[in-house]
Amino acid sequence: MAKKIEVRNLVKIFGSKPKLAVKRLAEGWSKERILKVTGQTVGVNNVSLAVDEGELFVIMGLSGSGKSTLIRCLNLLTKPTSGQILVDDENIVEYNKKQLRGFRQKKVAMVFQNFGLFTHRTVLGNVEYGLEVRNIDKEKRRKIALEALENVGLKGWEDKMPTELSGGMQQRVGLARALANDPDILLMDEPFSALDPLIRRDMQIELLEMQAKLKKTIIFITHDINEAFKLGDRVAVMKDGKIVQQGTPEEILNNPSNEYIEDFVKTIDRTKVVQAKNIMIRPNALVSIKDGVRVAIREMQANNISSVFVVGDKMKIAGIVTIDDCVEAVKNKRTSLQELLRHDYHKTTKDEFVENLLEDAIKTKYPIVVVNDEDRLLGIIVRTSILAGLLPNDSDAAECSA
Amino acid sequence: MDSLLSLFEFNPGIYVKELVNWLTVNFQGFFDALTVIINWIVFNIQALLASIPWFLFILLIFLLGWRLKNIRSGLGYAVMLAAIGFIGLWSETIFTLSIVITSVLISIIIGIPVGIYAAYNQKLEAILKPLLDGMQTMPSFVYLIPAMIFFGLGTVPAVFATIVYSTPPCVRLTCLAIKGVPEEMKEAAVAFGSSRWQALIKVELPQALPTIMAGINQTTMMAMSMVVISSMIGAKGLGENVLIAINRTDIAMGFNSGISIVFLAIIIDRVTQMISRKYERV
Repeated sequence: MAKKIEVRNLVKIFGSKPKLAVKRLAEGWSKERILKVTGQTVGVNNVSLAVDEGELFVIMGLSGSGKSTLIRCLNLLTKPTSGQILVDDENIVEYNKKQLRGFRQKKVAMVFQNFGLFTHRTVLGNVEYGLEVRNIDKEKRRKIALEALENVGLKGWEDKMPTELSGGMQQRVGLARALANDPDILLMDEPFSALDPLIRRDMQIELLEMQAKLKKTIIFITHDINEAFKLGDRVAVMKDGKIVQQGTPEEILNNPSNEYIEDFVKTIDRTKVVQAKNIMIRPNALVSIKDGVRVAIREMQANNISSVFVVGDKMKIAGIVTIDDCVEAVKNKRTSLQELLRHDYHKTTKDEFVENLLEDAIKTKYPIVVVNDEDRLLGIIVRTSILAGLLPNDSDAAECSA
Repeated sequence: MDSLLSLFEFNPGIYVKELVNWLTVNFQGFFDALTVIINWIVFNIQALLASIPWFLFILLIFLLGWRLKNIRSGLGYAVMLAAIGFIGLWSETIFTLSIVITSVLISIIIGIPVGIYAAYNQKLEAILKPLLDGMQTMPSFVYLIPAMIFFGLGTVPAVFATIVYSTPPCVRLTCLAIKGVPEEMKEAAVAFGSSRWQALIKVELPQALPTIMAGINQTTMMAMSMVVISSMIGAKGLGENVLIAINRTDIAMGFNSGISIVFLAIIIDRVTQMISRKYERV
């Protein structure tokens, strides 16, 4: 995938003597020492990262970690002290006023923590804003804005004032306003932090659905590690203006780079991060639909199990048979598996989160089967592998059982 | 102690006097031109107000009060205005009103841009702050002296002194209002690629409007109080009657013109307040 955004050695110093602070940073002074001696605050400390096109990149950190400063550098609301920001291979830090305005109007849009809606304008007026400053004519921008509102599920609300809407709806307006410009890049600064938990969960799901359709490049800021791991294709964890670790949620979860990350990872609800593909195992026993009942019995006895999945052509899942049914069939001198097939097992896809598998896992007497789009068997999940997958900091467990 | 003080004797007033003299000598043409312009504005506003028959005026005020608030307020203002007419001070009131309107218009034209600029420019704000404090706390009579020297006696120095006295709240509240626009809203305006001008016109000013309107209300009230004082340098109107009443120790006349000023002030205050409240709902 092509690199959309590349940040190189970005530094942001707040204060009157930024150059001095940059020099001290290069000499290896700590953030605290620089503040104490020079009075300069280090906002972002030598950050480098690359974001691919269509990627949802989450920057996670606690307050004061510099994450909000970093995202504000990406559309130059904050001007970096040194370093480069390449978007489509152009260094936006060197843009002149006109180029910068063009960049903000067309390429990048921002969603704010407290929505940042213009309270003197209607919902429609807010969504139209970006188009209005580009001098797009009235008819056209109204049409685009109405479409954007429909996409976020706010059809019919266009003439209301933002203050008449609930928090969740206001942030939908914020999202519609950003999307109306059809930007390549979406900067989301803790967009869901001000919402209550239920609404937040809905919005997260909607964001993922939207992203699956639109494939924008999204930089998403959050202080909530669960949110970060749930949404992010990749996650960067920030502390004291630096990126402490970046990688996929799995990588960070299984190989925390230091104690700070480990502490974070402890608090995470792993059922929301671990997916079916992480815990599924290759079944030891498997029979083909063409095999007879006796083969099935032998397989089950050899592996000491009471049921076995039956597959057809190209590993397509056909059903499951139990040892009791098979023994019964042999007594009645019948050999075909076809009529013994049971279908009351649970199927799932490899991307399903364990959270959503728990209930099935408890209820079912058979393993859960993981299939792809064409119903081919990829693996199975037994109860013990779920438990093993949820054990913190233990990537070996899942692999052992596999 | 006295001798110690006299050792460091310092008379800043002398320099101000020098400055005023220097300005008078070197900028006479400028002051003359200002005199013509201000006279023209006051005259036209007065002519416009005077051309409205008194009963129509009262009706207008009634309607204004009714539409902006409720029928009781409308009635109240109409009765107050009528009372001024019955007392026999209608034409004086019209004249006072035209000076107030002129001064407020000019104050706004100066005050709002300066206030906006000060909101963006911390240095200017730092310079303006003590200046505005001084302008407001300096006894208003003091302004009458240079005003008189620049513009002679009559309406124009009255307008000048009134502007000096009543512009500060307009500047101050405009500056406050623009600075008070929520940071995220400003960021949003910039993030979507607005020019500075677009951000000001489309986001900051509309957001600041209620507070700016409160500033205009204050400016109007201060202009009203100054206009009365400025009759000391020959401005006609209600203040002149107060001055005559003082000279004659005529209690009846003093009360009549005093109560007329009160009524006029109440009407102006309520009407401007109601207008600014209209904007708050936006």
